[in-house]
Amino acid sequence: MAHDVLAPPAADRGTTPEAPVRRVGRATPYLFLVPYFLLFATFVLAPAIYGLWVSLHDWDYLLPGKPFVGLANYQALFDSGSAVFEEFWQSMQATGIFTVASVPLLVVIPLGLALMLNRAFPGRTFFRAVYFAPYVLGVAVIGVLWRFLLDPNLGAVNALLGLVGLPDASPWTTGLPWAWISLVAVTVWWTIGFNAVIYLAGLQDIPRELYEAARIDGGGKWAEFRHVTLPGLRPVLTFIVINTILASSNMFGQALLITQGAPGNETRTAIMYIAQKGLREYNMGVAAAMSYLLTLALLLVSVITFRLLRDRDAS
Amino acid sequence: MTRARGIAWYTILTGLSLVFIAPLVWMLITSFKTVGEATRVPPTVLPQEPTTRAYEVLFATDTPTPVLRWLLNSLLAATGQAVLILVVASMAAYAFARLEFRGKRILFGMVIATLFVPIFTLIIPNFLIIDRLGWLDTLWALIVPGAASAFGVFFLRQFFLGLPRELEEAAQIEGANTWQIFTRIVLPLSKPALATLALISFLGNWNDFIWPIYVLFSPSQFTLPPGLSILQGAYDIDYPVIMGGAALASVPVLILFLITQRYIIEGVSRSGLKG
Repeated sequence: MAHDVLAPPAADRGTTPEAPVRRVGRATPYLFLVPYFLLFATFVLAPAIYGLWVSLHDWDYLLPGKPFVGLANYQALFDSGSAVFEEFWQSMQATGIFTVASVPLLVVIPLGLALMLNRAFPGRTFFRAVYFAPYVLGVAVIGVLWRFLLDPNLGAVNALLGLVGLPDASPWTTGLPWAWISLVAVTVWWTIGFNAVIYLAGLQDIPRELYEAARIDGGGKWAEFRHVTLPGLRPVLTFIVINTILASSNMFGQALLITQGAPGNETRTAIMYIAQKGLREYNMGVAAAMSYLLTLALLLVSVITFRLLRDRDAS
Repeated sequence: MTRARGIAWYTILTGLSLVFIAPLVWMLITSFKTVGEATRVPPTVLPQEPTTRAYEVLFATDTPTPVLRWLLNSLLAATGQAVLILVVASMAAYAFARLEFRGKRILFGMVIATLFVPIFTLIIPNFLIIDRLGWLDTLWALIVPGAASAFGVFFLRQFFLGLPRELEEAAQIEGANTWQIFTRIVLPLSKPALATLALISFLGNWNDFIWPIYVLFSPSQFTLPPGLSILQGAYDIDYPVIMGGAALASVPVLILFLITQRYIIEGVSRSGLKG
């Protein structure tokens, strides 16, 4: 494939059954693995276990004593009388609202864009790069930029809306539901290119013959989309849905910089709250407990999503 | 396509492009305005009295916001991490792609599983580990932990699996050892994949915001993204300065992207095929 700059040269990947097993020293493979697994053990495995340990303690980073409290940090999250209960569940709700509002848009709009870009026309690579461009910028740039653009009084967005005769005083960063609309819209604008290029790669993997067969059957564009494109995209779609759910439920930077959690703490997401509790107030035990609960919830959502998308496949 | 349809098609494409590009252009334009003009209602489009004041403020020495230092730190951290990832990920990926050993499936499964664990789960214990290592408030905290990411290993393993085995087998018959085969045959054949991984790692680290704001404390240690949030706090409605800072963080990666977009986009689109 000419467009495939990353295709490895040549392609005889099979070894014949009688190909000699390469003789290497028994230690050699492990020596190749040591550098990476040193990092993996220190910064992935160890923290995963250490975090559990921390969550079983009243772990104030700034105090010398870190008494063992068993599951009390977890119980506090379910005890409506505890100090963190209300704020934690409000932040979980914020994460839930953002995820539910953003995921459908982030799954559907990039698919439309990918279908557009999957047609052959001059300048295709250029437009693909343009639509992808915001994604190469970091959340800090996106955040301060849109904080300015969405400023209710000085921002270009309200000015532009006024210019075309629409309401020009919406509190995009300070009121509800505008703050949610802003956060969702900015996220779509920022990350649309990521999902779109993944769809595009998926579309290009669908064999041409299937489309030709559909054309001979004479079903029209819509039938082609339903019976060839969608089934062909199923694995990619499953990946995109799960990955987008995970990404959206990890939303943090946008809310920190654009709405700063406002109004009140309405747009303070779970991760924002966890970071504030654990890494600003240094109340690490309860923050660690929250992060495990959140991870568990996300794992559950991912598995359910995976099952749903797969079951539809089977039927 | 008929002529009319062609025009309609490119009108749509161009209109969409504006949606993505206009905010970035606005950021640049604003950085050359005076404060008064940047906050004027209704706004002007082009600067009436263009000024480079914002950049003079940003590049001034002896400020609580040493932007040049942040730029340098960002470059160091992003380059350092990209190099580290190339070394450790290529070695591990080669073992997983080509060598046979006990525990291979379990180890690889463990690495892949972490692709699906949200990074934030580990942010608190990782902070404590960085503290133990004495790396808080240093660039090491930004360079090393992120290199444990599974993406590079997964990405390069896929590429190595697609390489033809003949060259490696021939080299072995001629008496090359595994390390020589890896460094003299496999790595040179993998330049496009290595370049792509380096680019994606560089971009990811350059843009990293959440982790630096919690492990760095001194303004002199900051990179650009946490620096931007400081600028936002320190300069309040001095939007030319804030947008100038955002432009400094954006322009290098946008240029890099312009030059290498095929590699970046293809690398990213491959990350989706793991599903």
